[in-house]
Amino acid sequence: MNIEELKYCKSHEWLAIDGNTVRLGITDYAQNELGDIVYVELPEVGDTLAPNTPFGVVESVKAVSDLICPVGGTVVEINANLLDDPELANRDCYGEGWMLVVEISNPTDTEDLMSYATYQEYLEGGAE
Amino acid sequence: MPEPLIFELSASGRVGCDFPDEEFLSNFDCCLPDDALRQFGLALPEVDELTLVRHFTRLSQMNYSVDTNFYPLGSCTMKYNPKVNEEIAALPGLSTVHPLQDTATCQGVLQIMFELQEYLREISGLPGVTLQPAAGAQGEFTSLLMMRAYFEREGQGCQRKRIIVPDSAHGTNPASAARCGYFVTQIPSGSDGCVDLAAVDAALRDDVVCLMVTNPNTLGVFEKEIEALADRLHAVGAFLYLDGANMNAIMGKAKPGLMGCDVMHFNLHKTYSTPHGGGGPGAGPVAVAEKLIPYLPVPTVVKAEETYVLDYDRPHTIGRLHASYGNVGVLIRAHAYITQLGGEGLTRVSEDAVLNANYLLSQVDVSYRRTCDAPCKHEFVLSASDLKRRHSITALDVAKRLLDYGFYAPTIYFPLIVKEAIMVEPTETESRETLDRFAEALNDILKDSATAPDTVRGAPHQTPVRRLEEAKAAREMNLCFSAACETEHETTTS
Amino acid sequence: MRFLPNTETDRTAMLTAIGVSSIEDLFSDIPSKLRNASKLNLPEGLSEMELMNRLQSLAAQNSGANVCPTFLGAGSYDHFSPAVVRHVINRSEFLTSYTPFQPEVSQGTLQTIYEFQTAICALTGMEIANASMYDGASALAEAVIMATAISKRRNVLLPANLHPAYLAVVETYCRGLDVALRTVPYNGGVVDVALLERNVRDGSVAAIVIQNPNFFGCLEPVTTITEIAHRAGALLIAVVNPLSLGILKPPGEYGADIAVGDGQPLGIPMSFGGPTFGLFSCRKAFARHMPGRVAGATVDLDGNRGFVLTLQTREQHIRRERATSNICTSQQLLALAATVYLSAMGPKGLRRVADLCCRKAHYLYTKISSLDGYSGIFPAAFFNEFAVRCPVPADKINRSLKASNITGGYDLSRVCRESPNTMLLCVTEKRTRAEMDRLVELLAHCR
Repeated sequence: MNIEELKYCKSHEWLAIDGNTVRLGITDYAQNELGDIVYVELPEVGDTLAPNTPFGVVESVKAVSDLICPVGGTVVEINANLLDDPELANRDCYGEGWMLVVEISNPTDTEDLMSYATYQEYLEGGAE
Repeated sequence: MPEPLIFELSASGRVGCDFPDEEFLSNFDCCLPDDALRQFGLALPEVDELTLVRHFTRLSQMNYSVDTNFYPLGSCTMKYNPKVNEEIAALPGLSTVHPLQDTATCQGVLQIMFELQEYLREISGLPGVTLQPAAGAQGEFTSLLMMRAYFEREGQGCQRKRIIVPDSAHGTNPASAARCGYFVTQIPSGSDGCVDLAAVDAALRDDVVCLMVTNPNTLGVFEKEIEALADRLHAVGAFLYLDGANMNAIMGKAKPGLMGCDVMHFNLHKTYSTPHGGGGPGAGPVAVAEKLIPYLPVPTVVKAEETYVLDYDRPHTIGRLHASYGNVGVLIRAHAYITQLGGEGLTRVSEDAVLNANYLLSQVDVSYRRTCDAPCKHEFVLSASDLKRRHSITALDVAKRLLDYGFYAPTIYFPLIVKEAIMVEPTETESRETLDRFAEALNDILKDSATAPDTVRGAPHQTPVRRLEEAKAAREMNLCFSAACETEHETTTS
Repeated sequence: MRFLPNTETDRTAMLTAIGVSSIEDLFSDIPSKLRNASKLNLPEGLSEMELMNRLQSLAAQNSGANVCPTFLGAGSYDHFSPAVVRHVINRSEFLTSYTPFQPEVSQGTLQTIYEFQTAICALTGMEIANASMYDGASALAEAVIMATAISKRRNVLLPANLHPAYLAVVETYCRGLDVALRTVPYNGGVVDVALLERNVRDGSVAAIVIQNPNFFGCLEPVTTITEIAHRAGALLIAVVNPLSLGILKPPGEYGADIAVGDGQPLGIPMSFGGPTFGLFSCRKAFARHMPGRVAGATVDLDGNRGFVLTLQTREQHIRRERATSNICTSQQLLALAATVYLSAMGPKGLRRVADLCCRKAHYLYTKISSLDGYSGIFPAAFFNEFAVRCPVPADKINRSLKASNITGGYDLSRVCRESPNTMLLCVTEKRTRAEMDRLVELLAHCR
């Protein structure tokens, strides 16, 4: 996975767009801020997601963070390995730690996403 | 050396109790049907009395406690717990009273409860009191339900759904609000850590139930604008709620009722010296303004002529919060404490609590300190931000290193509005020498952070166990011993 | 004042170090008008000796079980508690510590929580337990709310023979929430199973609550009711008397999903109803929905076993308004008392105590129901409490028993107005045959 080709959003999810579908996970910055991830809650395959609304949570020992998908669509695949081994999101957040594959319902949803360079600037600017 | 579990000390056939009435067992039967009886084994430990006593004594020795160590845990008021209070609560005339016995046969305990209600009315400056809530969080919940019942009766039940809390609030405030079906609006604190009146104005509409404020706040600062705040809330028909966690700073100095608060909870285990018991039992009585009295939980203790009775005849009550009357044993201890101190004594308590906090603050190295001009009240918040920037030493590291010095750690990472927060509350029962030693330890850690940072980061070094892997606990969820055995069993067979 | 170490010399030196001239200066941030009006008007303080005299005389005005043998139960019970229980909970290191925020210096408390959770699971037969709730009633309220959150359904069925104070607490807890409570009548002392089955059919029921033994002391058809709940996709919440589980079928054995109860029978004094603790246990699958504090096992940096508070992301200090409950503490000291009690009793002792309570109650029942004008009300089997119909109102009987220094049973007309002459009697292992025979003799004269 070449992280420079991914798209990013302000809530620190990355998206790999492939035609009509998008694969999503959390960024290295996010996993690092959270620390040891102990639990991940994901939607079920077939669930419909509205853009920019929480679809799940990721928990460390002392923090809970909503997972947000910037694009609307239908969940076509979830990473079941992550449910059993949440640490994957720490170890390999861009690879084995991926979370969802979503079939996009409205292609314009992807237009506002950040490029790698913009995301880096966002982080350097003191992202929350 | 780790202490085995009591279950690991078990040996089949050992007994730790006597078995009376053998004769009764053999002569009389109770003939319960088979399908009502236990078939599962009963996996309780089998130990003799000495094994049991040694086990729990050894476990106790792994704890820091107020009686053994300075315990400057901010927001928790870990003051000394007078021993006479324990003796009083254990008097057989109090400990063996049944909650449902005829009130004519328990006038003594009812009088204690009635007097405590009176004391709390005087201290709060509010005319109604319930002793029922078993803890501060239940007191908050009780208070919010009373406001809810008030607005329902006023025909504003559907309209008023919002609670305002400052971002420095205890987590129980928003959690209690959610339990009442309310929405929470969080407002940012001003630059001085106090409630920002402009932010309140912006959030204040006629859908607001109340604002929940802690005063002195969680930074240990008195909210000077409290009266203005109350006026603003009252102007839109909303209430001002006081989280009384920090009453230890203001007894005899500021009655909540006079500040304009309409309802508040006390934490008897903080201000009124009842022991914290490793995390409970506490008690969270609530005091209310006239308007909210009709909604108090049932029963309340009232005095009719010369007799104390339980009053259930309250048509607008929110109901019950407890199967009986709350944590009465805790109420008895708080009553004993207030009885010993009287008004002057309680005022002295607040004065010395504030004196100790300000003195300790003055002895702490300036690099821990945040800019704040007002004197603090009973507690103050330091920050390890400077240490973190210079030496990558965090508030957690400082806390852990303090354990090596024989001190319990302050509250850390709270309030959330201070980065690398270290919240210190010395209480009035600590001597100047203890405060000096603690300040010295904090200042030593500052030096160590430059000269031996790994010692600080690896702390504690002298405790029964070292830092624990919390992530492992959360991932594996090993919450009881037999479940642990089953998990192991599954792993070995799969 | 013996709790305040600062002398006038100390105070002066400290004020100098702070850089102010008087203690009043430290309160200058409180508006002076407010300060002047806030002087406390309380009775003058008492010395320790005066305090003890006063409280001893107040305590002497109560006639507790220390002076009157009691046959009153209904949720609070006069059981024997071995001296080791009081000894251990009075250890300062347990008594005067707080929530184990720093696990390295709180292993004593943390390990006892873990041992407590284990003992509760052993008793109830459930998979996991938390560190305790305020009391049995609030534990039930939390269970009801948790069941609606898990099932995403809003109706909860509660039996009419549930302890009335428990019902009242559940109602209070649900006032602001989207939960509908419905009552199921009883028949012959136990839940009306036919009516229950009819009520549960529509698929909207989150949970069925049963209390076993129920408020009248009767044993419910627990297996049948659990099957009804599960067939309808509802959870079964069992309210138990933990001591009765020495001999009675535990909730885990009949398939309950959540089991709660009041821990007072496990070595804790009645103390006018509190403090006690609420036990809370459930299926492991519900762990993340559970309210309250939980301890878990882990290891330290050296690989040694240790214990920490875990699953804290459920709790209010992290999740705030989205927490599973607003509870912040547990009733830790009482949970410790129960752990010591259960360890002292062991499986054999607990079975023996439960058995004794049950046999003694049946002895008394047989004697009373043979008296003229007295009869048992319900045909169902019972544990250590039973309801009797009396020839005269229960409060009249109790007044006359009081004159002979006996505390009689619970006047059931307080909750069932339609049955004026009824009483709920309780027998614990502490009641001797002589006390029971004396009660029977006195009752024979109450007509």
